[in-house]
Amino acid sequence: MALFRKTCALVAASLLSLTLMAGTALAEKVNLTFYFPVSVGGPITKIVEGMTEQFMKEHPDINITPVYAGIYRETLTKALTALRGGEPPHVAVLLSTDMYTLIDEDAIVPYDSIMKPEDMAFTKAFFPGFMSNSQTGGKTWGIPFQRSTIVMYWNKEAFKAAGLDPDKAPANWQELVAMGKKLTVKDESGKVTQWGVAIPSTGYAYWMLQALAIQNGVELMNAEGTKTYFDDPKAIEALTFLVDLAGKHGVSPSGTIDWATTPRDFFERKTAIMWTTTGNLTNVRKNAQFPFGVGMLPANTRPGSPTGGGNFYIFKKSTPAERQAAVTFVKWMTSAERAAQWGIDTGYVAVRPDAWETKAMKDYVASFPYAAIARDQLAHGVAELSTHDNQRVTKALDDAIQAAVTGSKTPAEALKAAQKEAERILRRYAK
Amino acid sequence: MPRPATMRNIHAWLLLLPAMAFIVAFTHVPAVNTFIHSFMLDGKGGAPATFVGLEHYMYLFEDEVFRKALVNNLLFASGTIPLSIGLAMLMAFLVNAGLAGQSVLRLCYFVPTVLPMIAVANIWLFFFTPEYGLLEQVRGALGFSGINWLGNESTALPCVIAVAVWKDAGFFMIFYLAALQQISPSLGEAAMLEGASRLYFYRRVVIPLLMPTTLFVLVNATINAFRMVDHLFVLTQGGPNNASSLLLYYIYEVSFKYWDTGYGAALTMVLLAFLGLASIGQFGFFERKVHYR
Amino acid sequence: MKQTNIYDSRGLARALDTTAAWTLAIMWALPLLYAIWTAFHPSAYSTRFTLNAPLTLENFVTAWHAAPFALYFVNTVLLVTMVLAAQLVLCTLAAYAFAKYDFRGKNIMFALVLMQLMIMPDVLVVENYRTMASIGVLDSTLAIGLPYMASAFGIFLLRQTFKSIPKELDEAAAVEGASTLQILWKVYVPLGKPVYLAYALVSISYHWNNFLWPLIVTNTTNSRPLTVGLQVFSSTEQGVDWAIITAATLMTSGPLLVAFLLFQRQFVQSFMRAGIK
Repeated sequence: MALFRKTCALVAASLLSLTLMAGTALAEKVNLTFYFPVSVGGPITKIVEGMTEQFMKEHPDINITPVYAGIYRETLTKALTALRGGEPPHVAVLLSTDMYTLIDEDAIVPYDSIMKPEDMAFTKAFFPGFMSNSQTGGKTWGIPFQRSTIVMYWNKEAFKAAGLDPDKAPANWQELVAMGKKLTVKDESGKVTQWGVAIPSTGYAYWMLQALAIQNGVELMNAEGTKTYFDDPKAIEALTFLVDLAGKHGVSPSGTIDWATTPRDFFERKTAIMWTTTGNLTNVRKNAQFPFGVGMLPANTRPGSPTGGGNFYIFKKSTPAERQAAVTFVKWMTSAERAAQWGIDTGYVAVRPDAWETKAMKDYVASFPYAAIARDQLAHGVAELSTHDNQRVTKALDDAIQAAVTGSKTPAEALKAAQKEAERILRRYAK
Repeated sequence: MPRPATMRNIHAWLLLLPAMAFIVAFTHVPAVNTFIHSFMLDGKGGAPATFVGLEHYMYLFEDEVFRKALVNNLLFASGTIPLSIGLAMLMAFLVNAGLAGQSVLRLCYFVPTVLPMIAVANIWLFFFTPEYGLLEQVRGALGFSGINWLGNESTALPCVIAVAVWKDAGFFMIFYLAALQQISPSLGEAAMLEGASRLYFYRRVVIPLLMPTTLFVLVNATINAFRMVDHLFVLTQGGPNNASSLLLYYIYEVSFKYWDTGYGAALTMVLLAFLGLASIGQFGFFERKVHYR
Repeated sequence: MKQTNIYDSRGLARALDTTAAWTLAIMWALPLLYAIWTAFHPSAYSTRFTLNAPLTLENFVTAWHAAPFALYFVNTVLLVTMVLAAQLVLCTLAAYAFAKYDFRGKNIMFALVLMQLMIMPDVLVVENYRTMASIGVLDSTLAIGLPYMASAFGIFLLRQTFKSIPKELDEAAAVEGASTLQILWKVYVPLGKPVYLAYALVSISYHWNNFLWPLIVTNTTNSRPLTVGLQVFSSTEQGVDWAIITAATLMTSGPLLVAFLLFQRQFVQSFMRAGIK
């Protein structure tokens, strides 16, 4: 097996060198490997593969091998593993928050280095809310592809049963608690059969906390990704609010709320309101056997949600021809029509305003107005928590959140410990 | 015809060489490399690693997560080892007792072994899910109030232990079954003649006779206690707040998620130390207790 | 093989024993029973157990299309076969040396082998990964299998077996002019058959179910085995859908399960004859 690969590599290498020597890059096909995460269920693989096939039909000189590599975290691990093993992909969709990690690992190149300055104007076509996790140091490192925000889903039947207007979701924290209390249903023995609110605290706990923090008026990190503000009093207030939902107000279950089972909790009517990614929209449409609503997250001092999801990155270990081909691929995949179709098929937010103006998208929104909620929330969106050594820093924050919701630490203690850990990790990046 | 000593020596070494090459290459050399590597800090982006002395080891003392993972692993071992061995023995007795539906019994006990842990962990996730998970449905029907099994620091690790015991007990049962079937019935008859009770017979005759098997199974169970982390990926990801994290899982996180392979090497040294201690303990202590026929 | 032991319970005690045994058995089989229920019913019934729920094969179809399980299956079979073949050869040779030869350095070598019993390749993932990277075999079935090819457990087992084979057989064969390897092949291997079978079964089920090391060492679907494929497939952002996961689980564990169902008697018997004590 190794011999076969080595032979192929030898053949490919000699072909490539012939090409370069001849000075014409047109006669040969450029071969690209493309890693992408599978994060919203089965059909997506087929959709991505279909899109790449369509691209190859329109660009016969470029050959793309799509490789799906798991959820975001795993795709990053695999890309970096491949990098350290000497054979990274040429282009990959990875979390927008991995930008600093990828730069530190010297894995990616900025788009500015591949394209001429005048061509870089294409980046202006994307929502600024998504570009904020994609640019640093004046350069563009990622192009948005499958992006999301957190949205709030609610069970309209449960609202009616609780005597609430089924079309009005809580608009602020006070309403969330008040409505949550009405929505928490107990049986005769006092056991809760339906909770009011479920905000998950495993999986992407930091994302949820970041939303609460923004709504309370504080950012959790600086724009350069070198400092965190986990122990800011407003952040502590945000975490306290989350903990109080279970403890003080009794509208959420105690202990951690599992990310993976929260949508199922919603379908089983175990919770009337859930916060989760807009990427779950198609899933909820398919499986909820009751009318439901989708709305922006409630505000406190301001409304807001962090963005989320993945960008296209181009890897450094590639020839100029491969990089050009990769850029062509990226631009094609994120064109207005394709972004629109991708948004319709998956529930992710179409990443550019002109995608929302296409006929397909307009028709879709007309038939399902909730699809536009995530886009509307972008006006209040902020960059997702992203720092150097991001995986490690977010783990520290995740641990703090879990410690607080399970009661083993107070929110203040937990966040102070997380801040200390984050400072230790970021020390070598502080300039 | 006896061959000259040197020829035999060469023969022996030739026979041994292929296997030894692999063992040295994939066990001993990596172990030594781990030791060396634990004194280095990885460079970022292809830069060479720098020597940092005992920095990683010093951090071990401060690292709350490591402390938790280590304590958890020791608790995990002290839970899974006796439970899985005890249950395995019990199962072997039950299967060997000539009860109704014997081969189905045996099948049921052994089934967990053929299912990949990563697959069954998802099923266990359902069992432990609050509210409508299987456990909670049963408990609810019996009138008990809800427990968030995987979402509470005090119950997460016991659940992880339960899943591990469930996985391993049937496998160990097979070894005990084999050993049991080799115990001649005449021993039982002799004991009965002497007026020994059933309990006495099992405790004083059968179990000691099973000692060699127990030693063998013990080694396996100990190794498993340190290498079985697959279910964590699905059930708890080591949470909540590292309450169910185990050493090898933490090593994976540090080395392959944070790419801090120097610290990962230091952690591995700790793991190796414990494995070494365990092996010395077992081979030394139990050698004396083993009763060979 | 039933053995009526004199201490087997009768009457009420027997009934109690039977009840206990069956309760334990049902508890133990519950996950598999749940998997069978959920895989054949639509998603909505994965948490409720209404008896007249509709049956469906949809889940299997979806699962099959969601990931290249056929490829994973092939990879796994390849891996398991490759590892077993290498183990049989390497361990036989080494065990023979330990059992029948007295040579300088024997005890040191045996100690080194024993160490591998405790220090499994699973624990040395970081360094083994770097080794694989440096010889350039990352993301291949070979990389998954290499660290396991010389198994201390196998050497140990076979050595014990070979030791119990009387030396007279060696000498008789040598008189007939057989070389060392021929003696091995013609005398020892046949006599060790039950041990080989038992060991093969252990090795196959171990490597079929191995997860962490293949996860680390494979990146693409080239050599990805079933276990890694399952995890990649079942951990979605969308949350867990037990219907599809259990369908995938049944598909991937199916072969092993069926094999055990058919061969369980031989399985247990081989362990007995192997005399693993």
